Amino acid sequence: MKEISLDAVIENIDTVTDFVNEQLETAGCPMKVQIQIDIAVDEILSNISRYAYAPNTGKVWVGVEIKQNPTAAVISFKDEGYPYNPLAKEDPNVTLSAEERKIGGLGIFIVKKSMDGMEYENIDGKNILILTKNF
Amino acid sequence: MTITKTVKGNEIAFALEGRLDTTTAPQFDAEIKENINGIEKLVMDFEKLEYISSAGLRVLLAAQKIMNKQGKMVLHNVNESVMEVFEVTGFSDVLTIE
Repeated sequence: MKEISLDAVIENIDTVTDFVNEQLETAGCPMKVQIQIDIAVDEILSNISRYAYAPNTGKVWVGVEIKQNPTAAVISFKDEGYPYNPLAKEDPNVTLSAEERKIGGLGIFIVKKSMDGMEYENIDGKNILILTKNF
Repeated sequence: MTITKTVKGNEIAFALEGRLDTTTAPQFDAEIKENINGIEKLVMDFEKLEYISSAGLRVLLAAQKIMNKQGKMVLHNVNESVMEVFEVTGFSDVLTIE
C-alpha cells in the first residue's frame, strides 16, 4: 500500500487526487473508474477538512492499495478527529424540486452509490473509512 | 478549472474546462453571482468538464434557483461521468439538459 499524509485542509485535496491518480494509472485503472474515485476523494476529504478537527486542524492519511482477483482499488482515509461514521448518515431525498432541496448532504450519498464497498471503523480514536472499487 | 464567459445582451454562457469540485466550485459560484443580474438565459457548456462533485452540484442548484425566478438555465454537452452524478442525485430532473 502507498500512503500519503498531510494536513486535512481543502487546499490539499488536489495533492491527494494527484497521488491517488498516479497509483491508479500505474495499475491500469480505466478512466471512468478513476473519475468515480476522484469524486469520492473530493467528497470524503472535503468532509474531513471541514469537520473532523473543527475549529482546529489535524492530519489525514490516505492510502491506495490495488488488489487482484477481482482487481480492485482500495482507498483508505484515516483521521484523528471527532468520531464520525459517514455510513450512519441518512440518505438524502433525491426526488425533491430545486426549491425544496437543501444545499448539501449529497456527497456521501454519491460515494455510496459509486463505490462497490464502503466500511467504517473507529480504532484507537481514529476514524478509518475504507472504499473499495472494482475495475 | 478554466471558465470562459460569453455575454450577449441578457444571455450569458459559461464554458467550463477541468473539474468542478470542492477546490474550484467557489470560483464558479462567484463568477455566476457577479454576472447573473438581469440575465434571462444562462447556458453552461460542459463539453470540457471532466467531472463534478457535490460541491459543484451546490453551485448548479443555487444558480438554478435564481434562474427559476428570472428566466431559464440550460446545460449543454454533459458527458457520461457528469450525467451519472446528475442521475444518482436526481439533479437530472431538476436541471434542463440539452
